[in-house]
Amino acid sequence: MAEDVLFAPPVKTEPEPMPKRPNSWLRVARLFLRQREASIVVVAIALIIYFQFSNQAFLSTQNLRTLSQFVAATAIISAGEVMLLICGEIDLSVGQVYALAPFIMYFANQAGLPLLVGLILGLIVCALVGLFNGLITVMLKVPSFITTLGTLFLINGLTLTISQGFPVLTPSEGWVNEILGHAAYAEIIWAVAIAVVMQIVLSWTRWGLHTVATGGNLLGASEVGVNVARIKIGNFILCSVLGGFAGTLEAFRITSIDPLAGGTDIMFMAVAGAVIGGTALTGGLGTIVGAFLGTLVLSILRDGFTLLGVSAFTFDIILGAAILVAMVLNVRLRLWREAGRE
Amino acid sequence: MSEFTTTEVIRTEGLIKRFGAVTALSGVSLYLRRGEVLGLVGDNGAGKSTLIKILTGFLQPDEGRIFIDGKEVRLRSVSHARSLGIETVYQDLALINELSVYHNMFLKRESLLNPFPLLNNQRMRRLAREYLGHMGVNIPSVDTEVAQLSGGQRQSIAIARAVYSQARILLLDEPLAAMGAKEGSLIMNLIRTLKSEGQVSIMMIAHNYAQVLEICDRVNLLQHGRIALDKPAAETSVEELTELVMREYRAGANQHRRAAAGL
Ligand SMILES: Nc1ncnc2c1ncn2[C@@H]1O[C@H](COP(=O)(O)OP(=O)(O)OP(=O)(O)O)[C@@H](O)[C@H]1O
Ligand SMILES: [Mg+2]
Repeated sequence: MAEDVLFAPPVKTEPEPMPKRPNSWLRVARLFLRQREASIVVVAIALIIYFQFSNQAFLSTQNLRTLSQFVAATAIISAGEVMLLICGEIDLSVGQVYALAPFIMYFANQAGLPLLVGLILGLIVCALVGLFNGLITVMLKVPSFITTLGTLFLINGLTLTISQGFPVLTPSEGWVNEILGHAAYAEIIWAVAIAVVMQIVLSWTRWGLHTVATGGNLLGASEVGVNVARIKIGNFILCSVLGGFAGTLEAFRITSIDPLAGGTDIMFMAVAGAVIGGTALTGGLGTIVGAFLGTLVLSILRDGFTLLGVSAFTFDIILGAAILVAMVLNVRLRLWREAGRE
Repeated sequence: MSEFTTTEVIRTEGLIKRFGAVTALSGVSLYLRRGEVLGLVGDNGAGKSTLIKILTGFLQPDEGRIFIDGKEVRLRSVSHARSLGIETVYQDLALINELSVYHNMFLKRESLLNPFPLLNNQRMRRLAREYLGHMGVNIPSVDTEVAQLSGGQRQSIAIARAVYSQARILLLDEPLAAMGAKEGSLIMNLIRTLKSEGQVSIMMIAHNYAQVLEICDRVNLLQHGRIALDKPAAETSVEELTELVMREYRAGANQHRRAAAGL
């Protein structure tokens, strides 16, 4: 319970007035460990060291680029899921809008519209899906787990219908494609930028504060006058739009649009990343930075084991076990860190 | 009469509120004068909190009328009531465990770093420290998560939030429930100070009749969803209030006994 709050401003980590100046090294270490994300950073570094010792190619430019591709799309989605999880909801359908958005862009482009306009149309459709999820959940009081399970199938069917089940080539418009994911590292730059912006929104804006309040104490927040319905619906929209944007970036990167892209795989990866990064499924707690790092850990695992040549079948077993170990480690480290606080 | 209505900050007429089969309020008519401290007493389940939640815009009445400063209003939301100068300390305190003390104190009226839409945490932290110091409340730090505070400390924060909000009308739902003797008297003193300044009007729910009579100008007893007694505090006593409540209780018990005997 007694965790450091990242929603608090930077100044909060200012050290309490200490009598004599103790070892400054110790002070830095303690400051670091007080951050909720510290444990996940430790796990990530340990994994990097392990894989680098197992295979020298792990830290090669080539592999770092592959790794960045593993991380980017999932991290963008996990930023959206964190906001929803914090206000006590979840979106299972985000992997389906991930596939839908680039198709909307594709068909808009076929109809003669510029790619950017198509992209925006795709994101608007995602926003409408999010709005739908939010309205059903908030107004009709259906648990979001059920609402978004419904839209998951609905959107999947829609995408398959309009695409007739076949992948298409991503239209090309030169620099637009490069900026929106095709250039090397473009996708990860977007992911980092989105994570930074979303962390600022979460920690330093009223929207973020009200999101935490909504998830922390729904009744209390509404008694104080927080419009909890608006907060929830807004975060459903946000999550959906981020999902669609991630799918579009990916379509630019791999130059094809697949109706079966994303799906529940990427959604569960994003939620797992968020949870590994310290987001509580019960609401009220979580950080975007943590989710980014959690996604990074999952991607390191996937990439590292692929590099070691582990077969696809055993890979899932290892990944599943690794997720559990990562979560247990994270919890242990957190408890240990809290015990160390005076 | 006309002289009185101009000084009434709140008047309700025939407020009715039902929750399914339960009728929490069955026609509450009361008033609160400017600068007055009104004590609202009544048994558990009498409907006191329901009344407060209607006056704060959180619940909508099924029937009845509300007048603020003599003008009829329909309180649409908590924000609407707040814009009319009404602030509340809820019985459940409405604090967010995951947020710091100062974020709780400024929830829904955050200071921003204009022109940026970013929180001015420095300012909120400083003001929170100032208010709590002013109140004489002891907490480790305004950065502490509310989850880590004691019941009385939490209550102080909810009270500070309402009192230092420039509200004209304060609704306090059992503000002393979790207080120790020292903190309790701090809050009593705070209410006395507010009263002597005469700027705010206070409606306060409490179960301790002695405290109510000590601090309030007037007492209303809520029974079965109605105001059963309305007297200046000086003209009633702990004995009278206790007797009224016990009479009701006995009547209820007899009714039960008759019903059980099939009469
Ligand atoms: N949200 C609700 N849903 C259903 N019934 C409710 C709700 N809120 C209150 N009630 C009912 O309305 C009646 C009055 O409740 P209320 O909380 O106003 O009582 P109270 O006078 O504040 O009691 P206490 O002294 O215990 O705080 C009770 O019978 C209660 O069960
Ligand atoms: Mg009550």
